Amino acid sequence: MSSAPTTSPSVDKVDGFSRKSVRKAKQKRSQSSSQFRSQGKPIELTPLNVGFLEWDRKTAQPELFLKKLQQCCTVFDFMDTLSDLKMKEYKRSTLNELVDYVTVSRGYLTEQAYPEVVKMVSQNIFRTLPPSDSNEFDPEEDEPTLEASWPHLQLVYEFFIRFLESQEFQPSIAKKYIDQKFVLQLLELFDSEDPRERDYLKTVLHRIYGKFLGLRAFIRKQINNIFLRFVYETEHFNGVAELLEILGSIINGFALPLKAEHKQFLVKVLIPLHTVRSLSLFHAQLAYCIVQFLEKDPTLTEPVIRGLLKFWPKTCSQKEVMYLGELEEILDVIEPTQFVKIQEPLFKQISRCVSSPHFQVAERALYYWNNEYIMSLIEENSSVILPIMFSSLYRISKEHWNPAIVALVYNVLKAFMEMNSTLFDELTATYKSDRQREKKKEKEREELWKKLEDLELKRGLRSDGIIPT
Amino acid sequence: MAGADGDDSLYPIAVLIDELRNEDVQNDTETQLYSLKMYSIIHIFYNTIYDEDEVLLALAEQLGNFTMLVGGPEYVHCLLPPLESLATVEETVVRDKAVESLRKISQEHSPVDLEVHFEPLVKRLASGDWFTSRTSACGLFSVCYPRVSSTVKAEIRQHFRTLCSDDTPMVRRAAASKLGEFAKVLEPEYVKSDIISLFTALASDEQDSVRLLAVEACVSIATLLPQEDLETLVMPTLRQAAEDKSWRVRYMVADKFSELQKAVGSEITKNDLVPAFQNLLKDCEAEVRAAAANKVKEFCENLPEDNREQIIMTHILPCVKELVSDTNQHVKSALASVIMGLSTILGKDNTIEHLLPLFLAQLKDECPEVRLNIISNLDCVNEVIGIRQLSQSLLPAIVELAEDAKWRVRLAIIEYMPLLAGQLGVEFFDEKLNTLCMAWLIDHVYAIREAATCNLMKLVEKFGAEWAQNTIVPKVLGMANDPNYLHRMTTLFCINALSEACGQEITTKQMLPVVLKMSNDQVANVRFNVAKSLQKIGPVLDSNALQTEVKPVLEKLATDSDMDVKYFAQEAITLQS
Repeated sequence: MSSAPTTSPSVDKVDGFSRKSVRKAKQKRSQSSSQFRSQGKPIELTPLNVGFLEWDRKTAQPELFLKKLQQCCTVFDFMDTLSDLKMKEYKRSTLNELVDYVTVSRGYLTEQAYPEVVKMVSQNIFRTLPPSDSNEFDPEEDEPTLEASWPHLQLVYEFFIRFLESQEFQPSIAKKYIDQKFVLQLLELFDSEDPRERDYLKTVLHRIYGKFLGLRAFIRKQINNIFLRFVYETEHFNGVAELLEILGSIINGFALPLKAEHKQFLVKVLIPLHTVRSLSLFHAQLAYCIVQFLEKDPTLTEPVIRGLLKFWPKTCSQKEVMYLGELEEILDVIEPTQFVKIQEPLFKQISRCVSSPHFQVAERALYYWNNEYIMSLIEENSSVILPIMFSSLYRISKEHWNPAIVALVYNVLKAFMEMNSTLFDELTATYKSDRQREKKKEKEREELWKKLEDLELKRGLRSDGIIPT
Repeated sequence: MAGADGDDSLYPIAVLIDELRNEDVQNDTETQLYSLKMYSIIHIFYNTIYDEDEVLLALAEQLGNFTMLVGGPEYVHCLLPPLESLATVEETVVRDKAVESLRKISQEHSPVDLEVHFEPLVKRLASGDWFTSRTSACGLFSVCYPRVSSTVKAEIRQHFRTLCSDDTPMVRRAAASKLGEFAKVLEPEYVKSDIISLFTALASDEQDSVRLLAVEACVSIATLLPQEDLETLVMPTLRQAAEDKSWRVRYMVADKFSELQKAVGSEITKNDLVPAFQNLLKDCEAEVRAAAANKVKEFCENLPEDNREQIIMTHILPCVKELVSDTNQHVKSALASVIMGLSTILGKDNTIEHLLPLFLAQLKDECPEVRLNIISNLDCVNEVIGIRQLSQSLLPAIVELAEDAKWRVRLAIIEYMPLLAGQLGVEFFDEKLNTLCMAWLIDHVYAIREAATCNLMKLVEKFGAEWAQNTIVPKVLGMANDPNYLHRMTTLFCINALSEACGQEITTKQMLPVVLKMSNDQVANVRFNVAKSLQKIGPVLDSNALQTEVKPVLEKLATDSDMDVKYFAQEAITLQS
């Protein structure tokens, strides 16, 4: 130090940056659903002090079943933990009885029971979901808000699933009550923040899709609408992963050749779903759906890959890694004839990823070379792929900051060398002159733009009458 | 000349096409399109199929300004094909921009062109297969409706009606959001015969996202109808919306409450809206209560004057009182941001008797935002009853906020300091608040230290240089010997801020020596800030001091071993010479 301190304060080891704030531990939150105007007076149910078994099997049971169903239509306020304790317990045990009853009993499902079951289920589960507690709810970081009325709700769902799965269940009667409106409300519930509820909903919807052929097209269309709204309007919907999971098995059952409607769904809905910010929450399910489609109809490979390339997350490394993972899944099932159609744009992108300064992106892309099937495809088409990849690989082998990446790149280069040594040597030899040519072209472009701007300027002046024509 | 000119301008066009087709979209698309604009060669980029949304967005926007470039209004219709295809893309922002541009250029069409070219486009969009084009169509009806013949008008109304009952909710939402706008351009008889039924249908849609948009339309529709029709045509729907089972719809009603109030007039307000507002203030969802709480002042202000006070005192105030102790902090803080405004409406006596206890309760609220909102609106109360009534409770509230664990809260209270100081007077300030202001200077968050320096400057502007010399300057200069270099830097930052307000004498005699002494600091950051400070306070100093004292120090710093110190010293030297 040239200007040695003499007068300034003695020891200067004080850390200027002290940190006081410590993040508070998060509390588990729970909330009730938005049961508008349900609070108020205490609720009284007259206990039916008889279990099903005590009743004469044939005659009176169905009637008791209906009565119990009617009682369970009453909804309690669970945010008030002290109110109606006795009645809440009574309803819980009644629901339990109902669950047992539909599981073991035979001959209980009279035609009159259907509307009552649907009514009871509707009364309990259909509700406006409450506003999310935090404005910027981040499903990855924040604890989900749990449904306060779960002790009852769970049993209602349990009961409904047993009902749908019961051997006596007849869709032809039920379809009068489980209709489009019912399904629509059911789908809206998938936005629930409580993962336990979404899990039950998934099973319920799956059963309905399976048993009600007349509702299938409608369900698919409404899921379509939910996704489109999610992608283009709100970017918020909690149940995307669950819906995609159901779709995964639906797609599996599509008949060939695929209908135009299904293809449109793939291209116009599933592909744009990749653009959503919270992709990580449902990416696995989404990729599964995409691969299902491609296994059904390989000719869809090209539009799918082009779609992914169009929406490539240029500025989000985390998503880039996901895209690369999905592409590998696609490449695992790609047919060589399809591969040839798409290899050029695809490898241009991969070449960009390989040279990404973010090492996870580069690493993920370089892992492709560990995949035997992909390697065989590359080998078959090395004359096309090698020139695309070469300059990126060559450059990062020299200048990437991360030694692990450099090592991986050496392996890839080695593989290329073994694959097609003549082309490899040729590319090595022309590398420098190619770079210069590129630079020159870049410069020319810049000059052209400048010229254009000058021209524009002159025009402007001319139209202002400054330069005479 | 003209020939040469032609060659000259064809060449760049070729380049442009080339550039536009280039895969590498790193080029600034704005520039590209701007240049394009100058050559007005519409068909070229119409044929250039681009699927990069950013480019499409820029394209959609620029095309709206192309009228003169395609040869004026006479030819404006040739912009329609590219905009039509842009209005059908998936990406919402692109589509919206295309619609915006279409709306713009629709005004430049002659009535004939509108019917020949524009209206068919709207029809095509309205009957498109995919929802995107139908959504776009919704935004175009109202711009062409007023200028077409009555047969075409009838068609347009029919199309709008169809879209209002479209089977995709996206389209119904688009239609619902344009319902009010469309109603405004319709002839009064059609408002009654067409719009009301559409409005009623949308307001009872199965999706709450559609229903809530109908609430917005309600405002426009209500303004269009004569008072005597409101009761039968609009109010049933509005009442239903205020009690909708979805909180989102109720939220919307609360959010639009002032507009609704103005639209329906004072008689309906008294009979219907007052109870509805009470319900919203007592809603079971905090979101709705907060939105309603936000409107308390505006709602009260707009009540009919003859019995305003009575309505507020008997109907609104009891609800407000409950909200002061609401369980949700957003509700309380929404209320706190407007509650002070009630004092001007209710006058001095009512304020002291009824509102003051509420203010005081909110000043002691556990949530800092609530207290902050009260403090930031003190000026309203000041006008009515004077701030002295509050000062006893004010001080503990301020002190607590000043030490809040969240720095944003501290920052907010600092920003109100100059205002508070002005209202409370210099004595009160010196006695109670000065220590706080000095404590912020050594806060561990930079933003707070920065705001604290700025605050000192404003205080000096308010209380004068002499006050500064006695109370602030000694403390600030004392920090120059602090062991923490961040605090030493704060001294410099304060000097930068204060020198001008304090004037030449204080700056030269008291501040300058300290700055010069700090040029020997062992931390480079302090030294280069000395250089910066010297540059900053230079204009306040006289030339003698500059030459004899500042210059030698800067020259010494210019030879410092640290690169940054050198740089800033040199910069200061060049600027001062």
